[in-house]
Amino acid sequence: MSSPKKPDIETVREDLLRKYPTKVARKRAGQIVINRKTEEGVPPEIKANIRTVPGIITQRGCCYAGCKGVVLGPTRDIVNITHGPIGCGFYSWLTRRNQTDPGPDGENFMTYCFSTDMQDEQIIFGGEKKLAAAIQEAYDLFHPKAIAVFSTCPVGLIGDDVHQVCKSMQEKLNINCFGFSCEGYKGVSQSAGHHIANNQLFKHVIGRNDTPPEGKYKITLMGEYNIGGDAFVIEELLDKCGITLVSTFSGNSTISAFERAHTADLNCVMCHRSINYVADMIEKKYGVPWIKVNFIGTESTAKSLRKIAEYFGDPKLSEQVETVIAEEIEATEPIRQEIHERCQDKLAMLFVGGSRAHHYQDLFAEIGMKTLAAGYEFAHRDDYEGRRVLPSITIDADSRNIEELAVEADPDKYSPRKSEQELADLIQNGMPVKGYEGMMSQMEEETLVIDDISHWESERLIELYKPAVFCAGIKEKYAIQKMCVPSKQLHSYDYGGPYAGFAGAVNFWRDIDRMVGARVWTYIQAPWQKQDYPALEAELVHTGSSEC
Amino acid sequence: MGVMTKTCTRKVAIYGKGGIGKSTTTQNTVAALAEMGKKVMVVGCDPKADSTRLLLGGLAQRTVLDTLREEGEDVDLCDIRKPGFCNTLCVESGGPEPGVGCAGRGIITSINMLEQLGAYEEDENLDYVFYDVLGDVVCGGFAMPIRDGKAQEIYIVCSGEMMAMYAANNICKGIVKFAEAGGVRLGGLICNSRKVDNEKEMIAEFAKRLGTQMIHFVPRDNDVQRAEINKKTVIDWNPQCAQADEYRTLATNIDSNERFVIPQPMAIEDLEKLLLDYGLLA
Repeated sequence: MSSPKKPDIETVREDLLRKYPTKVARKRAGQIVINRKTEEGVPPEIKANIRTVPGIITQRGCCYAGCKGVVLGPTRDIVNITHGPIGCGFYSWLTRRNQTDPGPDGENFMTYCFSTDMQDEQIIFGGEKKLAAAIQEAYDLFHPKAIAVFSTCPVGLIGDDVHQVCKSMQEKLNINCFGFSCEGYKGVSQSAGHHIANNQLFKHVIGRNDTPPEGKYKITLMGEYNIGGDAFVIEELLDKCGITLVSTFSGNSTISAFERAHTADLNCVMCHRSINYVADMIEKKYGVPWIKVNFIGTESTAKSLRKIAEYFGDPKLSEQVETVIAEEIEATEPIRQEIHERCQDKLAMLFVGGSRAHHYQDLFAEIGMKTLAAGYEFAHRDDYEGRRVLPSITIDADSRNIEELAVEADPDKYSPRKSEQELADLIQNGMPVKGYEGMMSQMEEETLVIDDISHWESERLIELYKPAVFCAGIKEKYAIQKMCVPSKQLHSYDYGGPYAGFAGAVNFWRDIDRMVGARVWTYIQAPWQKQDYPALEAELVHTGSSEC
Repeated sequence: MGVMTKTCTRKVAIYGKGGIGKSTTTQNTVAALAEMGKKVMVVGCDPKADSTRLLLGGLAQRTVLDTLREEGEDVDLCDIRKPGFCNTLCVESGGPEPGVGCAGRGIITSINMLEQLGAYEEDENLDYVFYDVLGDVVCGGFAMPIRDGKAQEIYIVCSGEMMAMYAANNICKGIVKFAEAGGVRLGGLICNSRKVDNEKEMIAEFAKRLGTQMIHFVPRDNDVQRAEINKKTVIDWNPQCAQADEYRTLATNIDSNERFVIPQPMAIEDLEKLLLDYGLLA
């Protein structure tokens, strides 16, 4: 299949915007950016975390999805009750393919779907009594260590006080019981739900147990959700290196591990968007620094392990880490080279998540594939441009709606793991202490970065570039595949995974190799449709920019 | 009423500021209509469920929503509709306690339930259905009686007090919205006197400005209070008293009313000027 001539990027951008009414085009223009960094490597400003224009088909989800589905969903021994009509509970029932080890006690409630199943009656008369009864019933059946309650839209509308119900049930049952005001309509995307989840975890869970686990190098992993078994791979890797994992937020996790998360000496943040609030708050209250890591891609994995070792500053740890990396690379490298042969120079597009569209570019790069366009569904400017823009992010009414906790150093438990001088030295040596450079700094020049991409823009990009693979989620997948382009879901990994670490990278390369090499995509269209494809009706003018 | 003729049911909604006397006026008017031989059903749309107390003689009746909650799906019309004074039919929608749930949603559910049970069917031979609706139009649920043609005519109870007129004007705004989509019309203002200076003239003028009429001026009379203490309408308690005749006149005026309009709500400045003009006349 001959690839179409690559159109000029400026023309493509204009083409995407031309379809919109003036006001919408103006708004979208700020969210569709060509990645052209300054000489100092500063990426251009992008508009993000702003409302989607009604009428646009967005990829975004809701606040409830971010809170219950993403952050709390993967924890096995909390009974998560959805307070609302049954749909919200049902459609957030393990759909993200979070895996878990049931643990020695077998206390795994993730396979259950708990909901108060609100009916007309609860909407009219209030649902607090039914919620209390549901908590009681869940307790009687399972005797869990903790019960969490998630509010759906109608709960906010009728004003049920879930926090009061949780408080009284906590007193009655003598277990940890806490609620989330994560009504779907809050905020502009699921991002609001992440923040709300972070706040409540910090208020009600973290810090309840001060006994650290055994181990010399204690870390937490934050923003890792064990989709398709990612956490298992990372856990094994850390174990081989001799690093103790105190807690993961929240892949393959338990409430007991959350409760002592603050006893770690370093917090490692994977998905910056969904968990940076907790990392920041733990640092302020307990003095544990956090660094940005990425276990997606072999190079990034190796780099992350080295950063952890460097942080602890023990040559023995560094030595062990190097041994592990060498072993792993030895196994993965021949496979990578073989797949690189077949996949190099093919085009990928990634429009997903709040960190995934960044992290997975590494895996593609390792097999020679180019990321031509990428963007997040719900990220903020700092996830694109790096945390240095934090002071210049304007706080709008939508963000103000989400509670911002005031956190201070704990008079008894605050214990800085590194002195200010030590931290400054680490940063000087390139340690990403409380630092994230964002997606754009790492992306190639003259690539497209699109925030909250619309269906129209996705379709148009596919028509114009015919990428070898388009990574998105379930809502987009089949629309894309009908356009004869394979789509990889990076929320749930389709049926695949794990993709993290070294072993995971091999899985990903193999899956992508199969997808982009399959001839099946050429057979999708009926013969009479083929004539016009992919020429289409595009009217693009080449302005003589350099060809790759 | 020996001869069975096809009846065209007039559906009337009574709105007005909270505390203005909607329930009292509605029940006394309904009593007069019933006395005239009309078959009337009253649907109380207030979570407090006190819209039919005078017709039922204080009998606390089970509300539609309570019944729905207790009986589940198996609800019969006779479970929720009680006969009151002079063969009137009384229904209370009911609703949550103050501060919980959603009363508006309750009214929607309740009216739908009545419809499903056939409370409005032709064979019920109703001449009138009266909806007595809580306070101002606060949300979608409370507008339910005037949506989708559930009520075709509206009377607003008001007095010469500023806030009552302000509320009446606001209700007119709500009516305009639904009139364009549905076909609901304003039948007039009922002035429930608070003995304000120039009250009758002012409300007559106010009605004129809104493009409607003052359907009747109900004078203030302590007999209303006396009847209420006895859990009765005035006509039931003392059919000979002067106030009973006032309600009979109101009922007759409503029964013969043919003037149904889409109101023209007043600008706030104009409304305030009206108050000033009539207030200063005294």
